[in-house]
Amino acid sequence: MAHETLITLSLAILLLPLAGFVLLIFFGRRLPRQGDWLGTGLITVSFALAVTVLVQKLTQYHDETLGLSFSWINFHDVPLVGPLKLVLGVQVDNLAAIMLCVVTLVSMLVHLFSIGYMRGDVRYSRYFAYLGLFSFSMLEIVLADNLFLLYVGWELVGICSYLLIGHWYEKKSASNAAIKAFITNRVGDFGFLIGMLTLYATFHTFNLRELFEGIQRLPGDGQGWLTAAGVLIFCGAIGKSAQFPLHVWLPDAMEGPTPVSALIHAATMVAAGVYLVARTFPLMTGDALMVIAYIGAITAFIAATIAIVQNDIKKVLAYSTISQLGYMIMSMGVGGYTGGFFHLTTHAMFKAGLFLGSGSVIHAMHHALHRQNDHHTDAQDIRSMGGLKARMPVTFWTFVVFTLAISGVPLTSGFLSKDEILAGTLAFAGLTGHALIPVIGFLVAGLTAFYMFRVVILTFLGEPADAGRMEHVHESPAVMTIPLVILAALSLCFVFSLNPVDASGSWIARAVERPATVVPSVLAGPGAQEFEEGVRHFHWTAMALSLTVAGMGILAAFMTYSWKKINADAIAAALRPVHTFLLNKWYFDELYNGVLVRGLLGATVVLRWFDNTVVDGIVNGAGLVTRGVSFVSGRFDHYVIDGLVNLTAWVSGAFGLLFRKTQTGRVQTYVVLALFSVMIFYFIFRLG
Amino acid sequence: MGALEHVWGEFASWLPHVQLAHFLIVSALLFAFGLYAIITRRNAILLLMGVELVLNAANLNLVAFSHYKMLSLDGQAAAIFVIILAAAEAAIALAIVLNIFHRFQTVNVDEISSLKE
Repeated sequence: MAHETLITLSLAILLLPLAGFVLLIFFGRRLPRQGDWLGTGLITVSFALAVTVLVQKLTQYHDETLGLSFSWINFHDVPLVGPLKLVLGVQVDNLAAIMLCVVTLVSMLVHLFSIGYMRGDVRYSRYFAYLGLFSFSMLEIVLADNLFLLYVGWELVGICSYLLIGHWYEKKSASNAAIKAFITNRVGDFGFLIGMLTLYATFHTFNLRELFEGIQRLPGDGQGWLTAAGVLIFCGAIGKSAQFPLHVWLPDAMEGPTPVSALIHAATMVAAGVYLVARTFPLMTGDALMVIAYIGAITAFIAATIAIVQNDIKKVLAYSTISQLGYMIMSMGVGGYTGGFFHLTTHAMFKAGLFLGSGSVIHAMHHALHRQNDHHTDAQDIRSMGGLKARMPVTFWTFVVFTLAISGVPLTSGFLSKDEILAGTLAFAGLTGHALIPVIGFLVAGLTAFYMFRVVILTFLGEPADAGRMEHVHESPAVMTIPLVILAALSLCFVFSLNPVDASGSWIARAVERPATVVPSVLAGPGAQEFEEGVRHFHWTAMALSLTVAGMGILAAFMTYSWKKINADAIAAALRPVHTFLLNKWYFDELYNGVLVRGLLGATVVLRWFDNTVVDGIVNGAGLVTRGVSFVSGRFDHYVIDGLVNLTAWVSGAFGLLFRKTQTGRVQTYVVLALFSVMIFYFIFRLG
Repeated sequence: MGALEHVWGEFASWLPHVQLAHFLIVSALLFAFGLYAIITRRNAILLLMGVELVLNAANLNLVAFSHYKMLSLDGQAAAIFVIILAAAEAAIALAIVLNIFHRFQTVNVDEISSLKE
């Protein structure tokens, strides 16, 4: 397939969901079935094209980057800015091709799942329209070859996230969560914008390849600002990927419909931050990468500890998502580019699956509680479930596969990618001596296995919390279970690597190679060569350790919640302060409320006083002065100007009265006058 | 043969000696009479007759100048135009006067002054 054809196909992948959005938002309600088939169909076509592009890309153009760009707008020489020319374009490299597939696949399955999950919703067609807009925006991020277009997509996914979290905006908590997500993201996006403009100010281009070339040409010393630029761009990822300290919006975002959580807040949009770091990886200095690694590690740890004590099934998954995103970010930071992206891909599959599985459970619980006329029990609370295995076998077995994958059990995709990341952290610690990062990495691996199995045990195994409720629980319809089965199949290791214990020879590892850094050598982190050797060296160590901690985590979960050998309540009581601390999510919300929200409110009091006294004073003073001036001006108008006008009128009137006498209205008088006039003229001219 | 024939004989012998000045004198007299009528008469009909006199004084002038080779045939043509115009004017003006009489029961121009107020 020719180069141009591939680009055209990529553009088609990008634009089909947009077409779906436009059609659905305007005509959705008038279409049969409110147009759900249209959105789903278009994204399915997109997915088919994405698979074609990926296969062609990997077989024919494995090491090439295909691109297409056009000059969007040229302002020529702008004062104070310099030449301002915006060249936009798309590029398809292996990274983008894989992401195209992942995004369209998850989006397609979520569309499909939503047909069942959202049936009878008040804003059914608008929901599908927003899903289409989101898919378009996310694909734009993936395909952009410049930071400008990427930023446009970045903001678009932000607004889609806002719209979809607030899908049930009649619920106060949902609209609050939407606002919180949007505002928290603004903080990070602002950093991204500044970082992007810092680079633009130096290189006068947004194109990534040109930026890298520009950085490469810089002199070796005095380029410390590159670290700042890198960290600022990473701020965008902190916001969007819900990293510490901006992670607080993601748990609240679970107020949105569960398929949305699967698509946006688990598989794709939150992974955009990781993708951004991958895209800008060559310009990250060693110090910037260190910041990224530590932010990721801290996030992974905080979120994993909180996930242990949550009782809302979606909240557990939300914190697990934050934790896994921290993992990916950490992997990027330590230099494990391939591992981080690999985990992004595998995580997209199994986490989307986990969310869709939880959606299936919540759907069934809602139905059961509705039949019981129970409006007080929370349909998402794992304590009110239990024993669902018998009633929902497909959901249960797929959920188990996803849980095994996220826990890093062999034969799953998560095992391969997690192993890759952990080996990377060990190699990093070996090269730089930062031993805290691998310690956190393994600790989080164990915690993840523990809290995920806690969810599985409490939800599906054991005794039902309410036997009567079980009567009404049914397996979800096929339109919801088929996506689960597909995702479960994709969570197995064979999709990515035929060798179940080593992914280094897999197609994805060959396709996504760590790009060479472009920063001056004094600023660069550990070299790629040494890192690769370290990863190979620590491969089996990491595998053994991760299997051990995962096994311990799973064992602990069964001991505590299934066999009741350990009493969870007793431990919680013994560690009351710790438990409370975790239950309150490390008091981040309280901290932000106390410091930022209160601080802002306090500032508004001061500002209000300022407004009322100073600003209003100035305005009122201006009013008084104006009034005085206008009074004088009024008098002047009244006496002088009007006087002159009246005088003119009076003079005209006087002359009119005078000349009126000559106008007798009698023809004869005029004739006599004319006669005498002629005679007078005659004499005048004769004399002259 | 009486005195009348003598006068006619005198006149006939003078007739070839008539000059432009004679025509102009007659024309001036006609014009003066016409103007006098326009100024002094109060009756609209008489006013119109004055206007006719003035117009014909002008006609006489034109034809006389034409006859004495000072205006070629243009003078005669102009005179014919004036006659036609005068006829049209008389027709319209008499119609107006008739209407005025119909409305005000008078043709005294001094009394017809309703437009003045």
